Amino acid sequence: MRADLETIVHWVPRGARVLDLGCGDGSLLRSLWREREAPGYGVEIEDEAVLACVANDVNVLQVDLESGLSLFADGSFDCVILSETLQTIHRTELLLREMLRVGREGIVSFPNFGHWSSRLQIALGRMPVSDTLPYEWYETPNVHHCTITDFEYLCRRIGIRIRERLVLHANKPVTLLPNLLGSLAVYRCTAN
Amino acid sequence: MNAPHDPSSVGAATAQNATFNEPLRLRGGAELPSFEIAYETYGRLNEARTNAVLVCHALNASHHVAGYYEEDRKNIGWWDNLVGPGKPLDTDRFFVVGSNYIGSCFGSTGPASINPATGKPWGADFPVVTVEDWVEAQARLADRLGIERFAAVIGGSLGAMQALQWSLSYPARVRHSIVIAAAAKLTPQNIAFNEVARQAIMTDPDFHGGHYYDKGVVPTRGLRIARMIGHITYLSGEAMTEKFGRLLRRGAPGFDFDIDFEVESYLRYQGDKFSTYFDANTYLRITKALDYFDPAADYGGDLTKALARASAAFLVVSFKSDWRFPPARSRDIVRALLDNRRIVSYLELDAPGGHDAFLLEDARYHGALRSYFANVDL
Repeated sequence: MRADLETIVHWVPRGARVLDLGCGDGSLLRSLWREREAPGYGVEIEDEAVLACVANDVNVLQVDLESGLSLFADGSFDCVILSETLQTIHRTELLLREMLRVGREGIVSFPNFGHWSSRLQIALGRMPVSDTLPYEWYETPNVHHCTITDFEYLCRRIGIRIRERLVLHANKPVTLLPNLLGSLAVYRCTAN
Repeated sequence: MNAPHDPSSVGAATAQNATFNEPLRLRGGAELPSFEIAYETYGRLNEARTNAVLVCHALNASHHVAGYYEEDRKNIGWWDNLVGPGKPLDTDRFFVVGSNYIGSCFGSTGPASINPATGKPWGADFPVVTVEDWVEAQARLADRLGIERFAAVIGGSLGAMQALQWSLSYPARVRHSIVIAAAAKLTPQNIAFNEVARQAIMTDPDFHGGHYYDKGVVPTRGLRIARMIGHITYLSGEAMTEKFGRLLRRGAPGFDFDIDFEVESYLRYQGDKFSTYFDANTYLRITKALDYFDPAADYGGDLTKALARASAAFLVVSFKSDWRFPPARSRDIVRALLDNRRIVSYLELDAPGGHDAFLLEDARYHGALRSYFANVDL
């Protein structure tokens, strides 16, 4: 399992009601149900992923995250997850606010654009390609890259309180110079 | 000569009739002293009686869901692409019931049936029936067939309204409700289309206030126009352009009022065909059933409160090109189910077919239904 997903499963309280935004084939929701008895729904826009969710017996809702989370009432989830989806969203600020409107807590993970290998590739004149950023510039679904520092700045600006942070590289925690040595960041946050 | 056997067809189907002599009290206040329901079944009810699926039909269809009739092999069931051995709704696994609603002209008691009080066809005196009434009648059929609880109730359009209503009228009798191209209530615009269709029928001189059976005439002009209006709204603009373009039937404009464009020819053909097999009194009643359906009305318009009774797991499907029952109406249902913390999945497919997409084969649509049914425990 992807390292950030293991962390997410660990962070979700037993029996919590979960909403997974950009849930792919629903495997995280399946793990959450198996390991934490946490029932939930996934939101996904891609047909193929939606069909995979149905086949995996995961509740899935095919709606566009860009238009917000109008299907969901305020505070209707214990935990809203946005795993490696933040960088694909156009209306980032809206979605982060919406997450914390419908959920008491949000879990966000994203590839850290500040990792030294990205910086080096840019310094050498190329767009970065790596394990956590596996796309060429002309085929990437990502539209909003950010660094750990960028994300934390945005959280401060829009009143999101960071409760916990885990930075990873090659599946191992990074504590020294995280914005330089970490390639993946996972946050647990609440509204201020 | 026999046609080669198609292993994915249920084969020859047999329409059956069940008679109920207990009166049926209708939502509108009237009472049917007795009634008949025409139905077909495919596959076998298992010993535990846990594998029954009820298929609810829409406006102009019937209990003939799958297979063909021995005496009329071209008469293929309306959802034959979905229902059969190895098909998404697999009759090797499920016992599928197709039931014709009351008020129909295809076998269940309707306006053309004999009114026991007069010995003549009911005609205009046949009461207005509602989606709730249909579910009541179907519940009696389920009792008769020994089905205490359906594994699933499925329908598209007006059939979806029945699938939804089943989960409200008999929550304990439905495990899964599959609601396709649906609305929890019609918009005024949607009611308006129905009213134009009704006016076309009722102003036809051959309508005779609904008592045309004994006059030996049929209000075919009204039915034709009603069907044309319907057809326009069931297709998407895009699908019409794709299908007909601006092709001229005679190669050049005729500067007269014969058929110029292909689309005119299509509408006339559909209207003519419909007027030979469909009953005008039935058409009036089913469009009313559509208009009246609004489970939230008893709850001050609050659909969340209305759906609180439902305990089934739901699959809701809509099609982006459907402007008669657009995705926004399906999302209303999904939102109300989520508010009630019900199990629900929602698919919003980018299929081009308009409202009729629910009848068409689409790999994603049928793939989803196949997977969903495969996960229904027996």
